[in-house]
Amino acid sequence: MTANISKPAAGFYQRDRTWQPPAHTPKYKTSIVRSPRLAPISLDTTISEITGPRFDHNIIGELDNDLIRNYAKDDGSPIGERIIVYGRILDENGRGIPDCLIEMWQANSAGRYRHLNDGTRPPLDPNFGGCGRTITDANGAYQFATIKPGPYPWPNGPNDWRPSHIHFSLFGHAFAQRLITQMYFEGDPLIWHCPIIGSIPSKEAIETLIAPLDLANTIPMDSIAYKFDMVLRGQRSTYFEN
Amino acid sequence: MAQALTRIKETPSQTAGPYVHIGCNPNFIGNSGQYENDLGSNLINENTTGERITLTGKVYDATGTPLKDAMIEIWQADCTGLYPAKNEHRGDADPEFNGWGRCACDFDTGEYKFESIKPGPVPFNDGRMQAPHITFWVVARGINIGLHTRMYFPDEATNKDDPVLGRIEHKSRVATLIAEETSAGNFRFDIHLQGENETVFFDI
Repeated sequence: MTANISKPAAGFYQRDRTWQPPAHTPKYKTSIVRSPRLAPISLDTTISEITGPRFDHNIIGELDNDLIRNYAKDDGSPIGERIIVYGRILDENGRGIPDCLIEMWQANSAGRYRHLNDGTRPPLDPNFGGCGRTITDANGAYQFATIKPGPYPWPNGPNDWRPSHIHFSLFGHAFAQRLITQMYFEGDPLIWHCPIIGSIPSKEAIETLIAPLDLANTIPMDSIAYKFDMVLRGQRSTYFEN
Repeated sequence: MAQALTRIKETPSQTAGPYVHIGCNPNFIGNSGQYENDLGSNLINENTTGERITLTGKVYDATGTPLKDAMIEIWQADCTGLYPAKNEHRGDADPEFNGWGRCACDFDTGEYKFESIKPGPVPFNDGRMQAPHITFWVVARGINIGLHTRMYFPDEATNKDDPVLGRIEHKSRVATLIAEETSAGNFRFDIHLQGENETVFFDI
């Protein structure tokens, strides 16, 4: 195995806490008791955060990035709108990050999760699990096939609805880059009513979570495509300490 | 006018939500058959070098209620202080040590548990040493962006010189980062998201 020779020990850009959602966002009620109230201690990244776990491509099974087929029974197929989601993982310097593990999970087309704690009314789809993963290629690119998830109501305010969304868990090369986020779909009218999305302070930042329809990359008569790039913290290129 | 800085912004975080297990710990919720094991289940095996430790604890909200739907990840050095990472350039870490662990908190009790080894000390950026510690990352429904904290070991003489602990202005809060050794090799580390004993979190 060849080591990825990046600069040793160069720190990462600090998170922009005015861009990221704050911990305490009362319209998302659960955040009220689960948000730290004291200021976090700000520190430059140390070797404990500059390093991080890496995952070999050989952990990925053949169908792990095909949510249409990876839970389907026999000749079955999940109900819903077939889509391709593709894009790149970049760092804040705009460079693609290879070998990023991406895990994704989502509701089925009716808005129901395959989870023992989801007791809502929409039906499970016997051919849909809603779980997948992939690892980015040498350019930071990834893609997967799935069914467009449905929107669903959730207990927060008296009438709150989650827009259609796919959850993503991302590993870069450093534990400092660890990120979980959600992707939304262009044109979904529920986006601007959602208290979880509303935890993000600016419209500009929210728009970076909305994947555009990409008709040019559709598979005709099969699946339409959405493009979704994600950005992880970037590493400094200057390092003069010591 | 000056030249433009051509940097792009980090993707905004969103909560992991209550169903994080579907993607990250599918076997834990009985969605078996897709992945052989949930990733991060094992940090060590019988050939790993180092002093065995067990870490347990809970994550508490402001009311003192343990979270039942949190997921915790840890990242730590091997027993000599080397990280099992491709960008660790000081030497090769123990190949039998994984360094990264992931655990969904128990749905009934909220408890997490990791079996690992005690990490060695690692350097700080200025060359001083950091006391042995384990990095924790906590996500859950209601947590908008993953929380970074650290666990240190009790009765560790080097804690008093640790540069990160030294940056904590309110010294009474340092105790929130020190685990309790409940019996030999068994450490308890509870995390308090808010309230009187709010754990120190890092913007790091």
